[in-house]
Amino acid sequence: MSTTNQHASGEESPDEHETALAAVEARVQAGLRKRTARARRAALGYPILVVVVIGLLWEYGTRAAGVPPFILPPPSLIAQSLAAHWGLLLNNGWATLVEILLGFGLSVVVGVPLAMALFLWPAFSRSVYPLLVSSQAVPKVAVAPLFVVWFGFGLLPKVLIAFLIAFFPIVINTAVGLESIEREKILLARSMGLSALDTFFKIRLPSALPTVFGGMKIAITLAVVGAVVGEFVGGEEGLGYVLLTANGSMDTPLLFAGVIALTVVGVALYLLVELAERLAIPHAALRQQARGGDTA
Amino acid sequence: MQMAAAMAPSGQVTDEVLIDIDRVTQVYASAGGAVRALDRVSMQARRGEFISIVGPSGCGKSTLMMIAAGLLPASDGTVRVGGRVVDRPQTDLGIVFQSPVLLEWRTALENVMLQAEARRLPAADAERRARSLLAAVGLAGFEHKYPHELSGGMRQRVSICRALVHTPPQLLMDEPFGALDALTRDQLVLDLQELWQSERMTVLFVTHSIAEAVFLSDRIIVMTPRPGRIAREIVVDLPRPRTLAMRDSAVFHAVSREITDFFLEQGVLRERAAGLSR
Repeated sequence: MSTTNQHASGEESPDEHETALAAVEARVQAGLRKRTARARRAALGYPILVVVVIGLLWEYGTRAAGVPPFILPPPSLIAQSLAAHWGLLLNNGWATLVEILLGFGLSVVVGVPLAMALFLWPAFSRSVYPLLVSSQAVPKVAVAPLFVVWFGFGLLPKVLIAFLIAFFPIVINTAVGLESIEREKILLARSMGLSALDTFFKIRLPSALPTVFGGMKIAITLAVVGAVVGEFVGGEEGLGYVLLTANGSMDTPLLFAGVIALTVVGVALYLLVELAERLAIPHAALRQQARGGDTA
Repeated sequence: MQMAAAMAPSGQVTDEVLIDIDRVTQVYASAGGAVRALDRVSMQARRGEFISIVGPSGCGKSTLMMIAAGLLPASDGTVRVGGRVVDRPQTDLGIVFQSPVLLEWRTALENVMLQAEARRLPAADAERRARSLLAAVGLAGFEHKYPHELSGGMRQRVSICRALVHTPPQLLMDEPFGALDALTRDQLVLDLQELWQSERMTVLFVTHSIAEAVFLSDRIIVMTPRPGRIAREIVVDLPRPRTLAMRDSAVFHAVSREITDFFLEQGVLRERAAGLSR
């Protein structure tokens, strides 16, 4: 240690000093690169490893224990079913996707303006908000048959159920986002003589965006549930309908294949909302900072 | 600056009263009974004067600033600015809060320009001025950085530029350096003095820091603990521009001492912790 100190204090030339320092720098940087590479491999590798291990246990476990395929089919059978019913899943997946997107879209188009109205109009908020919250206590799944009675077996009841389930987190998150702005930002706007309208659109709404997107991410997963429930209750197409018919004919491998297809749809849509968030709020740091604002 | 009045022709402080706070009282209603925050506070600030308001936490100094800005109605008493009674948010000023209050989705320059947009100032002129203000506080080259890419001190500098871009006659600052580290504070205090000397606005500077108040002010207003009353007004007789070395001068020490002694007397500061035994 003492020799290094002596070196630093002057026996070596500035050039030598710089070279020595650069060597240390290179070593530290290389360490960082190695650690990030390892972390990246682990992030991808470990989950794959876990899936493979579970898959193998499942495959040979069910065979060894003699579990009949209609109770728990081994993964190989599910994969065969996926391959065999590829077209069926694709067609019905498309139907479900349309229901989800319409339901989710409707919940955004209705939910965000409703939250704005709740915020801007206190009397409206006081009268509607309690109703809104208590309406959430109504189990939507239980209302679904009623929708079939009213709207038949077509697209509409599914879209409405998806909408009904998805729209609540959007309203609540938007309202919370609009409400929870730093007080100083509003004081500042007033001292600038910014109009109420400009304050809302230039300051309050953009401040709320991360929280609004938090609500949308919850909403999109709920919209999937809503659409499937709608198909369960009364439908002739969609992945929910596939699940139901597979269940009726004891085709458990197809049941699993349907669940996998639904999961793919759900994850893809979630990633799509995340992409929209990235486009609307370009800076990761800003998205991060609002994570705590997610409610519901 | 005792020769403030005499200096008037050359620029900085004039005799003209710009801000006139007249027996302002603030009382908050609360479930546990009314809370007195300010008790008949009267003070005046002349055009171009730098005034600090020093007092313990909760003495109502921030409240006083809010009332002066018209952002909070006083329970009693009046504030006049340039002779006009303030009964709504004043727009003829710049405000700096303890936190920089920047819009996270706007760059440094865009944050400063918000002020110009709100006032519909000609964009090209305003941008030129915004850039020169940013440069004056050492942020040249950082115009297009977002707040999260800037340090705390840099963010507060942006907020000061935003408060000055429309050349307001008054600058109200509420503990603007309270959240910064000691070195950054020193630098910002120096920067602020320079801005003030070139802009010549009236400054109301609310602070906890006796040293900051003495360094920056023409006059220091010392407030009592709650309910806030004005206890002293101290003129700081140090030449301008002030240098860091002046913090070791006799005048600086005398003024700091006077304020510290007052706080000791009031029990705001205690030299021996009561009831602490080894």
